[in-house]
Amino acid sequence: MAARALREAGRRRGWAAEVGRRCFSGGSAGAAVAEPKEGVAEGGKAVNLFTAVNQALHIALDTDPRAYVFGEDVGFGGVFRCTTGLADRFGKSRVFNTPLCEQGIAGFAIGLAAMGNRAIAEIQFADYIFPAFDQIVNEAAKFRYRSGNEFNCGGLTIRTPYGAVGHGGHYHSQSPEAFFCHVPGLKVVIPRSPREAKGLLLASIRDPNPVVFFEPKWLYRLAVEEVPEEDYMLPLSQAEVIRKGSDITLIGWGAQLAVLKEACEDAAKDGVSCELIDLKTLIPWDKETVEASVKKTGKLLVSHEAPITGGFGAEIAASIAERCFQRLEAPVARVCGVDTPFPLVYEPFYMPTKNKVLDAIKATVNY
Amino acid sequence: MAALWLARASSQLARRAARRLPPLPSRHGGEPSPWFLGSSVAAPPPVLGSPPLPPLERIARRGFCSVRRFAGESSAAAAAADEEEPENGFAGGDQAIDFPGGKVSFVAEMNFLPESHGERISCYRVLDDDGRTISGSRFQEVSKEVALKMYIEMVTLQIMDNIFYEAQRQGRISFYLTSNGEEAINIASAAALSIDDIVLPQYREPGVLLWRGFTLQEFANQCFGNSMDYGKGRQMPIHYGSNRLNYFTVSSPIATQLPHAVGAAYSLKMDKKDACAITYFGDGGTSEGDFHAALNFAAVMDAPVVFFCRNNGWAISTPTTEQFRSDGVVIRGQAYGIRGIRVDGNDALAVYSAVHAAREMAIAEGRPILIEALTYRVGHHSTSDDSTKYRPVDEIEHWRTARDPISRYRKWVQGNDWWSDAEESELRRRVRKELLQAIQVAERMPKPPFAELFTDVYDQIPSNLREQERLLRETIMKHPADYPTDVPV
Repeated sequence: MAARALREAGRRRGWAAEVGRRCFSGGSAGAAVAEPKEGVAEGGKAVNLFTAVNQALHIALDTDPRAYVFGEDVGFGGVFRCTTGLADRFGKSRVFNTPLCEQGIAGFAIGLAAMGNRAIAEIQFADYIFPAFDQIVNEAAKFRYRSGNEFNCGGLTIRTPYGAVGHGGHYHSQSPEAFFCHVPGLKVVIPRSPREAKGLLLASIRDPNPVVFFEPKWLYRLAVEEVPEEDYMLPLSQAEVIRKGSDITLIGWGAQLAVLKEACEDAAKDGVSCELIDLKTLIPWDKETVEASVKKTGKLLVSHEAPITGGFGAEIAASIAERCFQRLEAPVARVCGVDTPFPLVYEPFYMPTKNKVLDAIKATVNY
Repeated sequence: MAALWLARASSQLARRAARRLPPLPSRHGGEPSPWFLGSSVAAPPPVLGSPPLPPLERIARRGFCSVRRFAGESSAAAAAADEEEPENGFAGGDQAIDFPGGKVSFVAEMNFLPESHGERISCYRVLDDDGRTISGSRFQEVSKEVALKMYIEMVTLQIMDNIFYEAQRQGRISFYLTSNGEEAINIASAAALSIDDIVLPQYREPGVLLWRGFTLQEFANQCFGNSMDYGKGRQMPIHYGSNRLNYFTVSSPIATQLPHAVGAAYSLKMDKKDACAITYFGDGGTSEGDFHAALNFAAVMDAPVVFFCRNNGWAISTPTTEQFRSDGVVIRGQAYGIRGIRVDGNDALAVYSAVHAAREMAIAEGRPILIEALTYRVGHHSTSDDSTKYRPVDEIEHWRTARDPISRYRKWVQGNDWWSDAEESELRRRVRKELLQAIQVAERMPKPPFAELFTDVYDQIPSNLREQERLLRETIMKHPADYPTDVPV
């Protein structure tokens, strides 16, 4: 019932619900959430984000006999239900649990991918990806380069849920994307909604380069959107202007887009026209789309949940300052997490919330 | 009540355990390989030579005296129960419990597992120090043709090491790392494999690549980082790799290739290939998390992978006594449920036989095998190291001469009348000449072009790299003196 209520809430708001109240989908208790019966429209059935991910994995395994899905607890459907039904349909040799060891998952996946397979590995929480950091940074990212293209592990995709959920504390909330954005050879992709998640995940799986795919776990159940049932891909390294505007450009990715979208709506009530961009792929990123927008609006705001210092927002701010210096009418604003570990009871203080964004929009526009 | 129950159950079980040790369940059903001596693995480690643990003994006497009395009183009942004991060995049903993972029986004594077997695990050997086969030794037959090729490649590896080492000392290449003392491991293990087996090397196994047909010119091209280097001059010397020869490109981080080998082996198994993966690493590498990850994954996934540890005693300057407390490496296989063997790494026939058998078991039974080859790193860690700073010169000399694997194997080959002194000097002259020529050619070859700096980061060059390449070209035009002249721009 709670799940249904959230779904309804999600639908009313498009693809996300209120910022303050979040559903943390842990264990199997909520496993019974089925695809909504109603909501069929031209764009397909309305489904939540984990179902969209699940659809993508079904298609990936169905369309390529050399595709494998594995990770901790994926066999029974995964703690977030993203791998539901896969083992039954494709067998335990293609969809399986691994021992609890992230460096083993990543290393195994690299070897599997290097043999010409599509290795789709799950790291249960992005907070736990660090034991695999060496494998991802020193091995996956450099596999093609260091061998002069004798070998590659381009079939590798690492899926991992990231971000705040309302009660995740230090180790179920982090947004570690910036670490991976400092690594040539990787692609980093973060979807904002179910439709995006399905199309971007299929594109990531089929991209001939290793991809780290961060899934906004806050949106797994909360975001509901009409998702085409068929096999489709959305292009990587292509940002999307999801709301046109003229006064300021807002840029973000993943779950933060929901916050930015609400801020846009509130700003509009005050007569401020915001252009909202979803970056989608963080590396290699689509500078051109951001640049074109900022040249039009003359102002930029970047927002992410990760701590502000050394976050990917810094890279965007620097690049845009380089390219658009003469068009910028105000300093680039950053609305991000504070430079603390992700805190439990202080989460509402830590987060780059709508009103923080709104204040920064006003300050930048009135600079 | 609980104490009484425990006393009865455990006294019976203790006696039963002493009488009969249950065999490990067979995961694969098929006939065990003839190489697999079931009993040595099936039995839990005997408590040989373990210290008597006096403090615990005292605790047991004082604290658990009531338990012992009960045990004594119930001995008749226990004996009766023994009679009725069913074939599965678990009478009554309450003396063993089905824990997750299987049934485990109880004992009354508080016995800690000993930290070691007491005696070190012995080492499989075929040839004695004088190159004669030890009487009663079991080994895989080697044809004259293969035996000679093994010898020739061992000598070739030795000469290649010597000449490249000198080339580094003369400043012609930036770095080198020899396999001195480990020629038998390199060549004999390679000889026992098939070309379809996937090799995931550390960095002290160039002999495997040599055996597979990597030419001396190809080795030289890599060390000089010229335009014919498959790695396009991006990595330090000795980071060889060849797709054609199923030899994954070397990367410097230690033990990272082990989990890759499990993934590769899993792929071979899924494709039903008659092949395994083999990965090499040193004693130091076994301290890395990736060693644990790989062995555990391989065991759980029944991956046909051979883990080959070259235990040469030294991780740069750290001796094995400061690396681990276990009896080397092979013992650790058991804890992961992996079959293993310790082999004399300086005995080419023993290495060949062990790898041959390991490969067959890995593929036929779908399981990982751990091989620990005991040897000695006769050379320095690399050209950046002087090992006389941390180990006695006498020790190095002893291993270099008295225990040299090549001369030992040569004695066996010559004992079979397959080789002569004349052939020996001709071989050494020829290889030396080929190498000097390969170095000259490699040295004259141009470096890979500047543009290759930006390729292969991704399958296609993204816009940020195109922009950086353009900017860098402008800088090069402006400050040509800052850049090497031998890299074509």
